[in-house]
Parts: sequence; C-alpha cells; structure tokens
Amino acid sequence: MNAAFRIPGAGRLSQAKTASFSFDDKSYTGIDGDTLASALLANGVHLVGRSFKYHRPRGFLSAGAEEPNALVQIVRDDARKTPNVRATVQELYDGLTARSQNRWPSLAFDVGAVNDLASPMFSAGFYYKTFMWPKSAWKNLYEPQIRSAAGLGVSPDRPDPDHYAARYAHCDVLVLGGGAAGIAAALAAAETGVRVILADEQAEFGGSLRFESGARIDGENGFAWAQAAIARLKAMDNVRVLSRTTAFGYYAQNFVGLVERVSDHLKNPGKELARERLWQVRAKRVVLATGAIERHMVFANNDRPGVMLASAARTYLNHYGVAVGRNVGVYTANDSAYAAAIDLKKAGVNIAAIVDLRDNPSGAVIDEARGLGIEINFGRAVVSAGGKLRVSSMTVQPKNGGGGRTIPVDAILMSAGWTPSVHLFSQSRGKVAFNEETRRFVPGTHAQDCVSVGACNGTDGLDATVDEAYAAGAKAAKEAGGKDSSVKAGKGAKPKVDAGESWSRGMLGAAPGAGPGTTVKAFVDFQNDVTAKDIRQAVHEGMHSIEHVKRFTTNGMATDQGKTSNMHGLAIAAEVLDKPIPQVGLTTFRAPYTPVTFGSIVGHARGALFDPTRRTATHGWASAHGAVFEDVGQWKRAWYFPKAGEDMHAAVNRECVTVRKTAGLFDASTLGKIEVVGPDAAKFMELLYTNPWEKLEPGRCRYGIMLREDGFIYDDGVVGRLAQDRFHVTTTTGGAPRVMHHMEDYLQTEFPHLNVWLTSITEQWAVIAVQGPKSREIIAPLVEGIDMSDEAMPHMSVREGKICGVPTRLFRMSFTGERGFEVNVPADYGEAVWEALWAEGQKHGATAYGTETMHVLRAEKGYIIVGQDTDGTVTPNDAALDWAVGKKKTDFVGIRGMMRADLVAKGRKQLVGLKTTDPKVVLEEGAQIVEDPKQAIPMKMIGHVTSSYWSQNCGRSIALALVAGGRDRMGQTLYVPMPNGTIEVEVTGMVFVDEKGERLNG
Amino acid sequence: MLLIRCPYCEEERPELEFRNAGEAHIARPTNIAGESDDDFEKFFFIRSNPKGVIYERWRHIHGCARFFNAVRDTVTDKFVMTYKAGEPKPAKLPGASK
Ligand SMILES: [Zn+2]
Repeated sequence: MNAAFRIPGAGRLSQAKTASFSFDDKSYTGIDGDTLASALLANGVHLVGRSFKYHRPRGFLSAGAEEPNALVQIVRDDARKTPNVRATVQELYDGLTARSQNRWPSLAFDVGAVNDLASPMFSAGFYYKTFMWPKSAWKNLYEPQIRSAAGLGVSPDRPDPDHYAARYAHCDVLVLGGGAAGIAAALAAAETGVRVILADEQAEFGGSLRFESGARIDGENGFAWAQAAIARLKAMDNVRVLSRTTAFGYYAQNFVGLVERVSDHLKNPGKELARERLWQVRAKRVVLATGAIERHMVFANNDRPGVMLASAARTYLNHYGVAVGRNVGVYTANDSAYAAAIDLKKAGVNIAAIVDLRDNPSGAVIDEARGLGIEINFGRAVVSAGGKLRVSSMTVQPKNGGGGRTIPVDAILMSAGWTPSVHLFSQSRGKVAFNEETRRFVPGTHAQDCVSVGACNGTDGLDATVDEAYAAGAKAAKEAGGKDSSVKAGKGAKPKVDAGESWSRGMLGAAPGAGPGTTVKAFVDFQNDVTAKDIRQAVHEGMHSIEHVKRFTTNGMATDQGKTSNMHGLAIAAEVLDKPIPQVGLTTFRAPYTPVTFGSIVGHARGALFDPTRRTATHGWASAHGAVFEDVGQWKRAWYFPKAGEDMHAAVNRECVTVRKTAGLFDASTLGKIEVVGPDAAKFMELLYTNPWEKLEPGRCRYGIMLREDGFIYDDGVVGRLAQDRFHVTTTTGGAPRVMHHMEDYLQTEFPHLNVWLTSITEQWAVIAVQGPKSREIIAPLVEGIDMSDEAMPHMSVREGKICGVPTRLFRMSFTGERGFEVNVPADYGEAVWEALWAEGQKHGATAYGTETMHVLRAEKGYIIVGQDTDGTVTPNDAALDWAVGKKKTDFVGIRGMMRADLVAKGRKQLVGLKTTDPKVVLEEGAQIVEDPKQAIPMKMIGHVTSSYWSQNCGRSIALALVAGGRDRMGQTLYVPMPNGTIEVEVTGMVFVDEKGERLNG
Repeated sequence: MLLIRCPYCEEERPELEFRNAGEAHIARPTNIAGESDDDFEKFFFIRSNPKGVIYERWRHIHGCARFFNAVRDTVTDKFVMTYKAGEPKPAKLPGASK
C-alpha cells in the first residue's frame, strides 16, 4: 500500500520492498532505502518533536546531518534506547521503533509549551539572569526544574550491550565527502595508484546529486554517474570506500577521526557486527569535499512543522519519491529554491507561490518556473507562517512594508543561500577568509597538507567543481608519491559535465518583518531556540564579540553546532554593531562535526579491558585461601586473609600478632625491581642515591633513598649488591616506572660516560617475604647452597643459591622489625615455592598476611612509606633519615637542592609518632593537627596525620604524623579537631615496638 | 595526534609512544654542590616559555626508550626537527629564513 505522500514514479527507491515501523506507538509503512524522516513524511507526518526551551512543535528542517529539529529516540530493546537520533540520518529498517522527545504528556499537547507563552522570561542570557538569586534555589529549585523541563532525549539506563570496533589506517590521499567533488578527486588520485580512502556520511554516495535532477555527467544522470564511479573505485585494490562514515575531527598532522555506522540501519545486526567503527586515519594529503549547507530564512514562526529547506524538499522528492505537501509555498533569496518548486510542480504538487526577496532577478530557472505557471512575487517577504502543529499559511508583504495577504499552504520551502561547510577545514587550523562579493566564509590559508574543493571551497557550478576536484585529486596524489597520471580518454579520464546546476548569493541575517524593533519569534538557531531578537538583545546588553554573543544566547552551541544558524547569527550581530562581518568574526569550529557516541570513542576499552590488571604469581593461591584483594595501581594485592567468622579488623589483628609471635608469609612481588649492572654500577648508584655504595661489599644490602634534584624524597628501597658490578635495586610498588625513567634520564643525558645498563626485573622475580622469629626455620629446610646462620648471613645481606631446586636471590631484610627474609625466585616458580614455604610455615603456626598487616607492622617500627608518609615536600632530615645520607659525598642527585635555605630552616614539618590520650581512639589519616584547640576558626594547622592504625601488638592505636618542629615537641600534647570532637594526642618517637631493634635477630 | 621522528629509530612514530621531558640544553652543573643560590635557581627552576620555537627533551619511552632533543613550535605544535641527546643546539632550523 502506498503511503499518502509517496508519488508513484518519483524517487529512486523500489516501492516493492516495504518496512513497517512505529513512531510514538503508531504504526506506519515505509520502504527500503527510506530514512525515518522520508518514511514519516511519506505518511504525512511533519510534527516530530518539541523544542529545547519553548517546547514549540517542530518538524523536519533538512534531509541530512545538519538537522536541528527532528531528534528522536530509537528504541531497539530495554538496553538500546538511543536518544537524539536525527530522523533525517536514521535509515529505516523493518520494525524500527521511534519516540518523540521533550514532550509531556504527548507530542500534540505538551504542558511545557507554557514556556512559549512565558518566553520573555527565557530571553537571551536567561540562564545567567533569571536564576541568579537566591543562591540556594539554584540547587534545590532551578536546576532540577530546568533539567526536567529542558534537555533533549533520555539517556539509556542500562550498560550499552553493543560493541564498537576500531581501526587505524594510513593512506596517501584521504577524500572527505562523496559528492561530485569528492568522487572526482578520488578518481583522479586513485588512477595514480596511491592508497586512497573516500568517506561519506550518507548511505549512498552522490551528495547533492541526490537532489540535483538537472545534473548530467559522462552522459548519465548525475546520481547514476556517482554510483558507477563508486563501483569503479570499489573495484580498485588501492581504494577504500567508506559509506555511512562521518569525518568528525581533523587533528594535527593530517590525523582524521571518522565514525562508521556499521549496523544502526539493520533490522537484526546480530552479535557479530559492531555497532560503529572508529577509524583513525593518518593521511599524507587530505582533500576536503564537504559541500555546502543551505540556510533557512529568518522570519516569524519559521519553525512551524512543514517549513523546511528547499533542498530538503527536493531530496525527499527526487531521491525518496515523497512530496512534503500538496500545496507548497516557496520563500527564497536565491535561485536554488526555484529548482525545488519546478521539480515539485512537475511531480504534480501545487506551488501556491514563490516569494522572492530579490527585486528583479532573472535566469533560466526563473523563466522555467514562470513557464510552468507558478506565481512568482519579487521584492516580497514572507513575514509570518500560520498554523501551530503544522504550517497552514504564509503571510506575504512587500519587503519594504505595506499591505499583505495570507496564502494557505501546507509546507513552506525556504532558501537564504548556501554556507560552505568549512568545519573540518577550520578544525585543521586553517584560516577562513570572508568573500565580500559572495558574502561567505571560504577556506583561506591552509595549515595542513590539505586542499578544499567544490562547494566547501566556494566553487560554484558542477563543471567548475569537477574540474577543480579532479585537478586537486591528481595533485594530492602526486605530492603523496603517486605516479604522474597522464589523463587518458575513457576509463579514469576526467569526468565530463554535460549539465549542472549553479547558484550562489542569497542573504544573511533576519528577513523583513523580523528586523530590529520586532519581537516576533524568528528563529536563527532552532535547536537552542535562539531568535533574531535574542541576538540583538545580547549585543545591546554589551556582548560585542561573536564568541560572547554565542555564549550569552547559546546560538550555535547545540548538538548541530550551528550548521544552519552561525552565519545568520553573525550577520544579525554585525548589523546591530554596524560593523562588517569579518570584524565581528566567526566562532571557532570544534570537533566533533556531528555528535559521536561514547561507545565509538571507548571502543574495546571497557570493563576488564579498560585498564590492564596485574596479578602476582600467588594470586590463585591467595584467592583459594580467601584473600580479600585491594587495588594498588594496576596490581591486585592480597589485602588480608580472613578466617571463617573474622572481619577485617579481627583478621589483621591475628595476622599482626602471629607474625611477631611465630612468622608470616607475604607476597612482596609488586615491589619494583631494577638491576643496575656494569663496571660503573657503583658510581651510578652513588649519584642516584643519597647513600654511599662504593664500599658496600658484595653480598650486603643497604636501605637507599633517592631524591629529586630539588632535595625531596622521591623513592626508597633496599638495594642488594650481588657482585662488584651488579646491584639488585628495589623500589616502591607505585614508583617502579618513574624510578626507572628517572634513572634512565640521568644515565642517558647527564652521566652518559658511565658504563651501566639498567633492566626492569619487576616481573621476572616473584618475592615471598617470610618474616618473624621462625622465619629462618621455615626457609632453611628448602634452601641449598646458602649458609643461613647469623654469622654467615647477618641482617641486611643477600645470597644467591637454590630454594626448592630453583634459583633464588635470598635477601635477609625486614620491613616488620622481626628477623626476616625475602625470597626472590623466577616468577614462574613463585606459586610453587610459596606453597612449599607455606607447608613449612604450617609446622610453626605461621600465617599468610596481606598489605594491611604489612602496613601496621611497618608503622609499629616507624618505617615510612614513600608517598604516604612523604608527599614530595619531605627531605631526608624531615623523615629522620639523615643517617642514610652520605656525609662525605660530593655529588648525588638532590645534594644541592637539600642545601636550599628553606630546606634547612628551623620549624620544618618533621615525621614523629603520635599516641592518642585515649588508646582506643584511632586517628584518621590526613587529619589536621593544631596546638591550641580553643583558637578561632580557621585554626593554625601545624601538621597532619600520615599513617594511623590499631596496633594489636601495642594494645593501642598508633600514628605517624608530619608536625612543624616535631622532634622538638617530644611529650607535648597536641590536638586533632574532628567533626565529632577534638582528639588529644601526645608527640612521641616513631618506633612503637622494640625500640632497640633486638628482634631483627630474635 | 602528532607524529614525532625518533632520531634513534629514524622514523616517525605516533605521539603516544613518547613522553615530554622538559626543556633541553640545560646541563647539570658538574660541581653542583658548589653552585650559588642564584646559579642553582637558574639551573633548576627557570625555564623559557616562548611563543614559537622551543627546544625540548623527549623520550621514546614506548619504543627504543632513548631520550632525544626536539625543536617544536608552540604556536602550531609542529615539530621542526629532532636530534640525538648530546648533539648541539642546531645553528639553523630547516625552513628558517636565517
Ligand atoms: Zn626510538
């Protein structure tokens, strides 16, 4: 069954293949190849949405990507409810379900339309003025109200079930835009053999050839020629042709982002197909063939459904076979709307009248229209459109005023002229230039290796366009290294334009009846509901730069980025300012050209693939033994090992006590490890760490501090000297990459004379810390070739040998204050060795412990954690680590920084211990410390808590803190003001357990 | 995304493989411990921030891992040229008029 407005014989779609769809729960029938817009229009539906601010009824303005009005929600299922889809872009598929947006309770009766009546409230800058006072009302009243009343579609409320593909591509010539210009450029470039990518946002190539019924190229109808040319390009190995692909961003060095809509047009895409594909293309040369966009006329009620661009009506007729009305008025300031009137008239649609603002235009199309018996009115203006949910009439007056008449119509086609699409050119940092004669911005200075051709370059006429584009394509290919293509006759030759359409000029700004002093709603920006009056008001209120006018009125700031509104807005502002347009300036075009889904940008990088997860060798064992994990950077680390019935507190208490009583096993594999090797290894270590290294004997370890050149602590860790020329350096878990970077920087650029190699070995060695009085007894039975007696292997020593038959670097070191070892084994053996040690440990009642217990045990000993107890402004002296700075050294990174006046001044914050007066109170890390809790707010803060834990071993809470002049305050009472009251604390030393360090050999 | 030529790999690679490492041609004093406050300030804190050509250190961190020097135009973001660490500041830039 034919829809009422589908004209038999018109258009290119096969009427045999139908597709049923629904809009606002009503069923309709369209045909294969329709967009949602053309299918609705075929059924006589113009009203499809409500506007953003005034909730005015809206229809289709365009037939393409520039559409500001016809935004709908496409619903596939519960999870797939895509808002703000342009109905003019969405291709129809059988079963498509669409809903209108921004209306309640229904599209035809929308309560929010009261905003239209209250519109004086919503004039330019209303966001800034109306909702200024009182402040609290913004949060409680205005914002929720605005958010519910304004806005576009509704976000889906479930995770996106679709997947999105991504491709990187390189090519010699990237052609953006697949109209006559783009195709001609691609043909010329492709013939030379270079790699060409041609992309167009539409489902079918051809651009304006879709509606230009008069175009003939190489003896064929223009659109048919385009399809044949595309088929030829597709058959070439060096050409990639991408349809439904929008170039949305033009970045540095000819890097262009494109989104290909892969499956939004399919009924059942299936799980295999991505929804969209992001193309990141690097091109040697870019040819911009992005065309031009028609502008609307700015007159009262120009937003009524049924009022649309002339080229859109022509597209609906010539491509989709749809008449946008039965009795159509035309309002124009240039020739192109005549072609629409002629095509419609020939298809049997009545043209009520053509209203032409120009006084005495002449030309072939005008003659042709007249010859078809169409009424033409020169020097007249449409001052108002009648009707509400659908245009019903147009009121026509002489443009300089005088009596008017009202002509009944069911559609108005308008054309104020064409705006070259310089968006991508401008994004490439090219400078546009204003052509005074044609009153349009065209590409001026190019900033990148690109060229603009055709309508986007301000080139008028099909013949000139094809000439220019073909030459540019050939030149780009040659510059990109293509063979010099001598133009042959026949295949690959320059297309010959037999007939084409050409028009330029038109008008910018408000039409008569909407000029200065009028208060009518003549829309400039449909999507953001900005009228000509709003723009004038903005200028009157002091916005003299177009960037200010734009932000004050929001003109051009909607999702359509002002494709139809920018030039009108600019012209109106320029008129009020009485300045030439170029002096008022054009706003900057920014990516994306059309909205891009988050899905296509995110691609596969979501869920588990968002960021790498690093797991240690014992991860599986820890999981099996009930470990709770915490994220430390990208690492998953066992946090604590609760037994049945234990909460975190109980588990940590047990682990802490067990380690000091018998022993504990801890996976320390995430510590950064760097091997420093070479004849000058010790010299390098001397320069990178504060400590002396030359005299450290092989087999011994030392706690090292690394500074930045500014004298502040950068990292720390235990370093073992394995041989005269070999150090095994450990770093903090989070610091591993930056320490390596820091070392490489100095080695490569400041100390390149040193013969040293640096190798990251973090992932090569699994590290099992065995700590506690029983640690040696647990390890010894498994070790071969290492004498582990205190005499042979004292605290802070390292030995190489075997454990469980595999190589080990066995460190005797302690981060708990207990006798302790760290067993390094090749990571592949990590889990097996852990299991063997665990089995031995069970004989002694040892526990596995996690990072929380590790933190508590080290805090009990006052061992600092760089990045927790230090913050990039802490010197070794501040951290009570002066002993680790080689006093006789004449150079190391940070030596001069440490001498700076402020770094040696009295009263610096120093690391101390804190004990709460009430031993049960555990301080909050980060809490501020004051001397006098009774002082006025804001109080003078003299420091803050850096580490704080409950210590079961001490039977009380313990804390470390940075306090101004801290070491001179031993025994002083200080205060920690908290929301629930002030906590009293005593300043103490940093060691809470075994102050003499006897347990290291215990 | 910029393309940066690594002078060690001798090819242009995407920006993501590189990391900026601050201004170039600022040598660490050989007797740094003996530097005056003023000299240390100049060495450590003072950096140029030109509108136009800047000499920078970059590292091909996700490639060959080497540090090198680059000349970049802060207005256009364009890399004028790159050269190996330790090589002198180029006397003449490609495309420069003098
Ligand atoms: Zn490299």
